[in-house]
Amino acid sequence: MANRIRDRLSTLGNRKLLIPFFTAGYPDLKTSMEYVRIAADNGADMVEIGMPFSDPLADGPLIQHSSHIALQNGVNLKSILNGVKRLRSNLSVPIILMGYYNPVRAYGDARFLKEAKVSGVDGFIIPDLTIEEASDFNKQIKKNDLSAIYLVAPTSSKKRIKMISEMSTDFVYAVTVTGVTGTGKIFGKETDTYLKKLKSILDKPFVAGFGVSSPESAKRLGKYCDGVVIGSALVQIIKNAATKKSSLTETGKFLNNIRKAL
Amino acid sequence: MSSKRIKTPDRKGRFGQFGGRYVPETVIYALDELEKCFNTIKKDKLFKKELTALLKYYVGRPTPLYFAERFTEYLNGPKIYFKREDLTHTGAHKINNTVGQILLARYMGKKRIIAETGAGQHGLATATVCARFGMKCVIYMGTEDIERQAPNVDKIKLLGAELIPVHSGSKTLKDATSEALRDWVTNVRNTFYIIGSVVGPHPYPMIVREFQSIIGRETKQQCRNQLNGLPNIIIACVGGGSNAIGIMNAFIKEPKVKLIGVEAAGYGLKSGKHAATLSLGKPGVLHGSLSYLLFDKNGQIVLPHSISAGLDYPGVGPEHSFLKETRRVVYETVTDKQALNAFKLVSKLEGIIPALESSHALAYIIKAKKSFKKNQNIIVCLSGRGDKDMGIIEGL
Repeated sequence: MANRIRDRLSTLGNRKLLIPFFTAGYPDLKTSMEYVRIAADNGADMVEIGMPFSDPLADGPLIQHSSHIALQNGVNLKSILNGVKRLRSNLSVPIILMGYYNPVRAYGDARFLKEAKVSGVDGFIIPDLTIEEASDFNKQIKKNDLSAIYLVAPTSSKKRIKMISEMSTDFVYAVTVTGVTGTGKIFGKETDTYLKKLKSILDKPFVAGFGVSSPESAKRLGKYCDGVVIGSALVQIIKNAATKKSSLTETGKFLNNIRKAL
Repeated sequence: MSSKRIKTPDRKGRFGQFGGRYVPETVIYALDELEKCFNTIKKDKLFKKELTALLKYYVGRPTPLYFAERFTEYLNGPKIYFKREDLTHTGAHKINNTVGQILLARYMGKKRIIAETGAGQHGLATATVCARFGMKCVIYMGTEDIERQAPNVDKIKLLGAELIPVHSGSKTLKDATSEALRDWVTNVRNTFYIIGSVVGPHPYPMIVREFQSIIGRETKQQCRNQLNGLPNIIIACVGGGSNAIGIMNAFIKEPKVKLIGVEAAGYGLKSGKHAATLSLGKPGVLHGSLSYLLFDKNGQIVLPHSISAGLDYPGVGPEHSFLKETRRVVYETVTDKQALNAFKLVSKLEGIIPALESSHALAYIIKAKKSFKKNQNIIVCLSGRGDKDMGIIEGL
């Protein structure tokens, strides 16, 4: 089995990556998986699927909310893998699972990554698994030809940025702000400088996330990196939508606008 | 066993397999900086002098080792001594740690302090040292705890701290800790996070142990003077586990001293409503470290329960997990009901109102009295005073 992330990156050219995030199970499992398809149809290059956790400590109120609802809906890692498997029958967009370490650890790193690969998952982002703690996890990543994406932060030293790049299989995720997800921040000079610094240190592609909420902010960040991740803004759209059906349409429209701006 | 004990934590902050750093990348640099500054400052003569003076004149140390004569008579068994942490300024052992960490914060040039609190004792101890050192202070506290520990809430506000109610999840210590961590991730450049127990990412479990170890060092000296030697048994309650580590650390290398930690069994171990992390949990990751944890088959954290807000937490310090696995400390449990009975009994027999947390340690002595011998000396860490719990008692 090939790795779709690697394939996508190799044919990217000058296009900037658009990576939306959806919490699996919000507002329900079936609808959340439909967003993945909608995203692929509206310019997404990869999709992140959030594995909900009871205590998401890197997340702001919106993703805390979507995680809470998803858990109330009874979503677990097994049902997420089944959801991905069903999508895969006719969907080729690379899929990245994002979530906290305890549920993955409880499932068993080796077992979960193996089953994830078979189900059609391509990569993982585990925000509370720092590179120091990730060596066993990374062995399973390599063994299953998956992609591990680690985070760099505005506070990371040059030495650590290099180590994080080395641990990341194909690309790196740059946290734009010191903070949790969904700040909706107006990005300033400080962020530009930070992203430019990353560009000069990293020898891998990198995308920016945390606080990207509009076509303008996506465009601005896109200038200095290889793409953007959008999460909380999508949760907000889904939360505000009158019906599940309209949440699908709104999601498509929003992503399409971001795509055009990037 | 204990004489061969390797130095913990190791360089990666591990106690055996437990501990480490499972946190967002954003705060890694702050943990590195904290570790470096702590290692420098702890050898500094001026720092030691200032800390010693604060502990003596501000906190009121040393705290007495008190012979509980009537409780001993009641038990008709071993001799019971209380290490009176309830007599410290602010009424619990928590202040030992906050005076140490506030000096560390000042040394690091941080002007804004945040902390989580459950029973309110750590929040109170943090607000107190922030007032004393003129620092801005923000305390996160779950709304359920705000209700059940109201006297501490009023004190925290009086001392000039901002108290932020946490409505998410269990509305108790777990969620207060998550919110404090989110604040730290956001304001890490100017903010010092004073963690209240031997939990969290490395180096916190090590730092809190260092500052709480004064309890055990004093106890050891007092035992020499008052008992002519070592005690037979030391008992302490365990939530996150800082008073237990504090009193036990000086005795870890004394294999003849039996160490017992007492967890909260809530409505009972089979009820599903308890906080007996070491007794019924499994190793897992929460709030920055790998340690015993209460979670379900899907890896989601299970909401704990204890009548005592300070023990109502689904995790435990990583060193306790290590001490359990190496069998140096034995972990037992008592229920809400047993703790309440001990609370009332000791109040009447000794004229000392113990905190509901400490009442768990006392309750274990009553529960297990047949297993002790008459010639044994038992030290209980009386970690805090119980006036804060009057609301809970009245509500029953």
